[in-house]
Amino acid sequence: MRSQISRRAFIKGSIAAAGTVVAGTGIAKAADALVNEKKEPLATLLDIRKCIGCEECVHACRDVNAAKYPEPEKPFPKMYPKTVPVQDWSDKREVIDRLTPYNWLFIQHASVSLNGQETELTIPRRCMHCANPPCVKLCPWGAAKQEKNGLSRIDADLCLGGSKCKAVCPWSIPERQTGVGLYLDLMPALAGNGVMYKCDRCYNRLEKGEIPACIQVCPENVQTIGPRQKILEQAHTLAKEINGYVYGEHENGGTHTIYVSPVPFDQLNAAIEKGKGKPHLDQVENMMADGTNLSRAMLIAPLAGLAAAFGKFYLRSKEKNS
Amino acid sequence: MKSKGKIRSYIYGLILFLITLSGFGQMPIFSRYYIASIPGLGWLGEFYTTHILHYASAVGLIALAVYVLFDFVIQGAGVKRITGSGYLKMGIIAGLIISGGLMAVKNLPGIYWDHTAVIVLDLTHLGFCMALLMVSLYTLILKKTWVR
Repeated sequence: MRSQISRRAFIKGSIAAAGTVVAGTGIAKAADALVNEKKEPLATLLDIRKCIGCEECVHACRDVNAAKYPEPEKPFPKMYPKTVPVQDWSDKREVIDRLTPYNWLFIQHASVSLNGQETELTIPRRCMHCANPPCVKLCPWGAAKQEKNGLSRIDADLCLGGSKCKAVCPWSIPERQTGVGLYLDLMPALAGNGVMYKCDRCYNRLEKGEIPACIQVCPENVQTIGPRQKILEQAHTLAKEINGYVYGEHENGGTHTIYVSPVPFDQLNAAIEKGKGKPHLDQVENMMADGTNLSRAMLIAPLAGLAAAFGKFYLRSKEKNS
Repeated sequence: MKSKGKIRSYIYGLILFLITLSGFGQMPIFSRYYIASIPGLGWLGEFYTTHILHYASAVGLIALAVYVLFDFVIQGAGVKRITGSGYLKMGIIAGLIISGGLMAVKNLPGIYWDHTAVIVLDLTHLGFCMALLMVSLYTLILKKTWVR
């Protein structure tokens, strides 16, 4: 097993070198294209066959996003009721086998049967970046945001750590760190509990025309990023070629993370370890669909009120005339 | 007539209760304070349930508001009969409906609004809600009516 220090040093060096060397290369062209593709949401395609589980993406993510990680103040303020859970990952920053406030991407393992052979597949897991993200749309304070390029992120300066985003996320992606953020300046005893953290798809790199670190450092080119429609076309072409399966296109009404697998996702879902910080690969209905339908009813509601008022007037006039 | 007015008041009271309860349910407070742990109130801690109830109550509130408004206009009851607190509550409810309607639009797929605008909208809606609660409490205690 390689030491983390050397690997980190390698990744940092790779990213720095890549930044200076790649001008004129495919990556630079892709980055330029991303800047110019602001009108259409971006999606990533993950070809599960290619992933070798080397975790370069995991460490690259940790390195480039280290400045965004929480530095909680201790001791934590007392919260009421006393049973409100404190969630502290600050002493477990090295954990990389699940999602935490300090680890926004991890590798899931699945032992499955492929062409009659027992095979171990590895799957990079992080936020799916839903097309209509419940974490963003249902955040009570607007602390979770969705950019025009489709990525969703949580503003650490605004988040109060209520964990609603995690509760409404079909994959329970965001993770909380207590003792950090705006709630400390408000009423830490009575409201709030820290800040929620998750993959922000390297929004600050995208703004500069760079691609997310996990994509850039992958030695196997597992991930491809581009306009969602093109990515979907690529995904279906690939799935057809390998007689494979697509995940993320329709889940929760559609996401900006599209997986292509050589084995059905229900098999993968059965094979992966699921639980806290380890999201499933199950089918997900559109969690925002009922709200969208009721929004339509809100448009009809004034007509119903109007009809009732005129109906009453009509009946009363009829009564008077008779 | 009076009984019909009473029914309308009860419907308004029921909608106001449900929309306020489900509105507060949009914030993660019922689980934190173990209100959702009280038998029968578990649904208060389920965000999608309170979200749907809030929207459904909003449909009822919008329909009722338009009905009352046009019923009043068609009857020719005269705006002079409306009390000061009645005007105040009308204004607040209009603000709630407009800001809430905009929030419903914001929640539709493919809608990307400026982040600051979303925060302002959230706080405006909450502000109107608190104002309506306070004014309603005031009119309830002092038995102030909508019309003279």
